[in-house]
Amino acid sequence: MVERDLVIVGGGPAGMAAAVSAYENGVKDILLLERDQHLGGILNQCIHPGFGIDYFNEILTGPEYADRFIKKTESIPQIDVSLQSFAVHLENDKTLTYIKPGKLEIVRPKTIIMATGCRERTREMIHIPGTRPSGVFPAGLAQKLINIEGLLPGKDAVIVGSGDIGLIMARRFLLEGARVKAVIEIQKETRGLKRNVVQCVEDFGTPLYYGHKVSDIYGKDRVEKIRVVKVDENFADVPGSEFEIECDTVLISVGLIPENELIEMAGVAVDKSTNSPVSEELNKTSIPGLFVCGNSYKVYDIVDSVSRDSVIAGRLAAEYLKGLK
Amino acid sequence: MIKYDVLIIGGGVTGAAIARELSQYKLTVGLLEKEEELAFGVSKSNSGIIHPGTQNPPDSLKGRLCVEGNRLVREICKELGVHFKEVGELIVAFNDEETSRLLKLKEEGELLGVPDLKIVDSHWLRKNEPNLNDKAVAALYAPTAGIISPYRLVYDLAENAAKNGVEFHISAKAETIAYSPDEEHRFIVNTPKGAFNARYIINAAGLFADNVSKMVGVDDFTIHPRKGEEFLLDKKREHITKHLLFPLPTKTSKGILVIKTADGNPMIGPTAEDVDDKDDLSTSNEGLAKVLEGVKKMLPTVNENDIIAYFAGLRPASGHDFIIRHEDKVPGFVNVVGIQSPGLTSAPAIALMVLDILKNNGLPLKKKFVFHKHRRRSEHLFEDPVSRIKNLIDMDAAYGDIICRCEMVSEKEVSDAIDRGATTLDGIKFRTRAQAGRCHGGFCTTRLMKILAEKTGKPLTSVTKRGCGSEIVKKDRVDG
Ligand SMILES: Cc1cc2nc3c(=O)[nH]c(=O)nc-3n(C[C@H](O)[C@H](O)[C@H](O)COP(=O)(O)OP(=O)(O)OC[C@H]3O[C@@H](n4cnc5c(N)ncnc54)[C@H](O)[C@@H]3O)c2cc1C
Ligand SMILES: Cc1cc2nc3c(=O)[nH]c(=O)nc-3n(C[C@H](O)[C@H](O)[C@H](O)COP(=O)(O)OP(=O)(O)OC[C@H]3O[C@@H](n4cnc5c(N)ncnc54)[C@H](O)[C@@H]3O)c2cc1C
Repeated sequence: MVERDLVIVGGGPAGMAAAVSAYENGVKDILLLERDQHLGGILNQCIHPGFGIDYFNEILTGPEYADRFIKKTESIPQIDVSLQSFAVHLENDKTLTYIKPGKLEIVRPKTIIMATGCRERTREMIHIPGTRPSGVFPAGLAQKLINIEGLLPGKDAVIVGSGDIGLIMARRFLLEGARVKAVIEIQKETRGLKRNVVQCVEDFGTPLYYGHKVSDIYGKDRVEKIRVVKVDENFADVPGSEFEIECDTVLISVGLIPENELIEMAGVAVDKSTNSPVSEELNKTSIPGLFVCGNSYKVYDIVDSVSRDSVIAGRLAAEYLKGLK
Repeated sequence: MIKYDVLIIGGGVTGAAIARELSQYKLTVGLLEKEEELAFGVSKSNSGIIHPGTQNPPDSLKGRLCVEGNRLVREICKELGVHFKEVGELIVAFNDEETSRLLKLKEEGELLGVPDLKIVDSHWLRKNEPNLNDKAVAALYAPTAGIISPYRLVYDLAENAAKNGVEFHISAKAETIAYSPDEEHRFIVNTPKGAFNARYIINAAGLFADNVSKMVGVDDFTIHPRKGEEFLLDKKREHITKHLLFPLPTKTSKGILVIKTADGNPMIGPTAEDVDDKDDLSTSNEGLAKVLEGVKKMLPTVNENDIIAYFAGLRPASGHDFIIRHEDKVPGFVNVVGIQSPGLTSAPAIALMVLDILKNNGLPLKKKFVFHKHRRRSEHLFEDPVSRIKNLIDMDAAYGDIICRCEMVSEKEVSDAIDRGATTLDGIKFRTRAQAGRCHGGFCTTRLMKILAEKTGKPLTSVTKRGCGSEIVKKDRVDG
């Protein structure tokens, strides 16, 4: 079993900011695990501008923003970056097991920072009834298919939910020459940034239905159409308000969930409704020396705040280590 | 034209079990399946329970075959490396009237030969099933109930049958059958993949078995689909129960159950509703409400936020029992139809019965010199302890390349699944569990598409969810 001062799980903006900050606060033995082939996390697929306005006072794209942190991280030899390294098991005493091609490692860190980000809420979590054809995508997956793989998921899309990812994808589909038939939002207002509603939906004249929900998905092999119904203040269907929209693609953008299965496994108290760790103070958990930062701590709207708060996690880990000595 | 001694129509668990049984004998055997992969019919969407045999009338064919199937499936699982877990089931009673019905169920079960049935009291229940509603007063405990992955059973049966010489033809829908009683190979079955000539035909076409039977003029039964909606919970809730929990059965179904599945996720359901459309696999709000209502009676703490997936299956029912018979009007044609629940459990026993029918109708069965009885178990990291995972990774680095993070599925498992016949994303999912977890493929779909495209030498745009028409993406942005 390898001993380490600090292990950080997740090489997105949160994990990188925490690593750099821990180093700057005196930690000299850091292992950063990232399951992907690159650092950068979700930013790699966010090729639109709008990042860094607060943190760098500049308007950057996602990959540009990530790149600043990647350069910094890679320039510090004391941060040992291990890519394609997937943390699979975490114990109460912080013993961590990870897997990479050709290797299974068990490490025993003195302190640990989890920065595993979020996953998307799915169609299944909001229980949209109907059939289960192809063409129903979490919006982030559709973003990856277009921006990273160069594939067009569909030609006539409806977007469920007006979260930022959904709004951004509405514009992306249009720019790719596909049609966006509607954005359907069950609440009376958007959860996304106002600027995204204007720039990604309103400016293109895409219909946005507030107070409506998708009540059925139809299609045997591929999505053929959806059914929409208006809802009242209690989210009950308004009879007679149903209508159908023909489409071949449904993008689901109904929020993110912190990925905290590992800390839950270790016995950290996790809030059932938000999946965030129960926490008295920013980045802290019920296990001393086990910190969580970035989107796995809570869902942030913008990456600038992720970086700012993750710097604090790095410092907390450094202070915890000093306290051990 | 390809000639077979026996041609099976339908690649679900019934057809696959028959194919494997026949593969021990000196016969040429083929199997036709209309979908792009095996197990894409009823056999993919069911509860995965190996029933003990209770809840069946004592004089029923399905009851007898279920008890025998429960016994046989264990041996088959050992031979094929399929994971079978004997978890036991509890049929729960909440009042005296229900308790007296338990006694009747016990008697009926014993008449069928179900072993080790026992009535347990509330004290036993509290100790052994702590999350069960404490209003439960007694239960019928059937320790031989078990769980299995239904599709993996089909794939492993088929793989072993293929190794022993059975030929599988997919995307090969039987469209018409010509019958010439005077020929030795009296049947000609026409499919989009060409015509097949056979001495004997076994109709195991599930929901569409009546259509197939009509092709030879036997039309005295109809298959009525009865829908069952099921809802899967997060694997984190694996230990919510220790046993399978059943209410007392109704006339048409076993009721809403709390199910344990072979892969760990608990499942709740199924509903039972007669429908007209044999392709109607939609789920509904009403179905969910019914399931939650039923389950909460037994397990008040169940939380609908733990639901990560749902699906519907159609029971291919024709009356109340299985119909397994040689059609004397059309010598050589064997119907294996109306295989509703417990068809998964009964499949190995059905296969033996079909063998007898063939023998009694003129097909000599001679054992082969060499029959490869065993199949090497497929690896699944999620069911292995750390030490075993380490050994696997040492053996093959690709076991360390994790693709599906929710279910911990490696590149090696995905490649193996494709090598063993998966051609679609659903096929990969059923074999490996990649995309079957809480994020529903949000993270791994693109990687899976690439591996599938690369290994099959096809473009990414041709990757499908479950066959032609279910392509994942519409086009390549660059090529237009
Ligand atoms: C579509 C979209 C659009 C956005 N637009 C904007 C915008 O315009 N402006 C803005 O400011 N912000 C935007 N954001 C938000 C911003 O991108 C996020 O807040 C930020 O990326 C979160 O950083 P993170 O490091 O916490 O998580 P992530 O970036 O998700 O990184 C988590 C990392 O952890 C790794 N990981 C997870 N589990 C494991 C494990 N078990 N073992 C090893 N590694 C693991 C993952 O591979 C990943 O690299 C957007 C986000 C999305 C998804
Ligand atoms: C909701 C539900 C829950 C259940 N739970 C259980 C359980 O827990 N335990 C249990 O024992 N049983 C259970 N069952 C029953 C069990 O699933 C079925 O009895 C069993 O799967 C039937 O298998 P099969 O091979 O006969 O049919 P199928 O799996 O449907 O196979 C028939 C195949 O034939 C193919 N086919 C059809 N027409 C043609 C044609 N013209 N040419 C070529 N191929 C054709 C189809 O595509 C299909 O693949 C359940 C069923 C349902 C619906």
